[in-house]
Amino acid sequence: MQTLLSHIRPATARLTPGRAVVVAMLLGPIVGALLAFGSVAAEEANVVTIDNFTFTPPELTVAVGTTVKWVNHDDIPHTVVDKNKAFRSKALDTDDSYSFTFASAGTFDYFCGLHPHMVGKIIVK
Amino acid sequence: MAKKGLDDHGKGLGRREVLECMVWAGTGVLWTVSGGVPHSVGLIGEAAAAEPTGFTFLQMSDSHIGFDKAANPDALGTLREAVAKVKAMPMKPSFIIHTGDITHLSKPAEFDNADKVFGETGVQIHWVPGEHDIIDEDRGKAYLERYGKGSKGAGWYSFDDHGVHFIGLVNVVDLKGGGLGNFGAEQLAWLEADLKDKSNSTPIVVFAHIPLQVVYKEWGWGTEDGTRAFELLKRFGSVTVLNGHIHQLVQKVEGNMTFHTAMSTAFPQPAPGSAPSPGPMLVPADQLRTKLGLSKVTVVQGNKPLAFVDQTLA
Repeated sequence: MQTLLSHIRPATARLTPGRAVVVAMLLGPIVGALLAFGSVAAEEANVVTIDNFTFTPPELTVAVGTTVKWVNHDDIPHTVVDKNKAFRSKALDTDDSYSFTFASAGTFDYFCGLHPHMVGKIIVK
Repeated sequence: MAKKGLDDHGKGLGRREVLECMVWAGTGVLWTVSGGVPHSVGLIGEAAAAEPTGFTFLQMSDSHIGFDKAANPDALGTLREAVAKVKAMPMKPSFIIHTGDITHLSKPAEFDNADKVFGETGVQIHWVPGEHDIIDEDRGKAYLERYGKGSKGAGWYSFDDHGVHFIGLVNVVDLKGGGLGNFGAEQLAWLEADLKDKSNSTPIVVFAHIPLQVVYKEWGWGTEDGTRAFELLKRFGSVTVLNGHIHQLVQKVEGNMTFHTAMSTAFPQPAPGSAPSPGPMLVPADQLRTKLGLSKVTVVQGNKPLAFVDQTLA
């Protein structure tokens, strides 16, 4: 999504103000639709759920700049802690969530600070 | 009498080869130390007759004040019931050992409610934290401010009573990914120094939240560096290890060491490997109190083992 917007911005900058408005009006619904589609896709792709003391999916690959969200569905609180201390959530009670934006590439092994046998991995490319 | 804890009351629990024994029932275990060796003497009602010559203390655990989910919508209510059992005891225990998870989310109101109800026992309480007691913003500060007076590090300490050396340890902080409970080098060095001047004949009672021995690795039920502690303890003639965390009774005797985990007063958890996860076990409401409880321990001076009595809230 960010890539698409960065292409649009320079293009509109070259237009005169009047034309820019017209272009924006024409593009508006398309961009809106793309944004909506993008957020739905992101929700499905970049969410890690916690059920039965297990991170699902256990391994997730995302692009640099992606925000990953963890949601706890258990009756017991959990935390999300990076092994190398890049991120650490507060205790997540039932249905609480935590989000972290991965600004750089790398492999992030994480675990639950309360139940460390629970482990997961985010690969950022 | 000590065999009590080894009977599963025909509930057909599995994995006995690993656990040796496990009972659901219990409000508490009554421990008796005889000759410096703690042993349980049966359920609290029966224990009254056996009581007597030594001193007794109680083990309570996993109160989870603040928990309100389906497995028990009123954890404070069941704690009140457990405390009522304590108040009704014909002979007051010398003190209570609480093996952690006082609260569910380390919130000030949860600690307040727990303190208020436990205070009604009129008995001194020795605490150690569970992982649920150190999830405040400052990761354990709230616990230490309330219960950490006179303790070291994350809250470990020792004291002596009736010739028995009691050691409260903390194995819920600084846990490593993929690992189990953890003491850490600093605490183990403290333990070594604490035991240094104790004679081999001094009865030792060690208590901590997560089992020191590995009960079930797949669910993290054990302590990573627990064997380091066992090495320091093995020269003693009588070592009793009390834990909580797994919300069910497991008792095991290995040489001079007796292991005992207590029931929760809040909700039961499944037997190892018997469910998809160790989360709260939902049981019919009319059966809940048969799976919650406390333990009473009698210490008898002489040449006999400590006596445990596990009592349910039913």
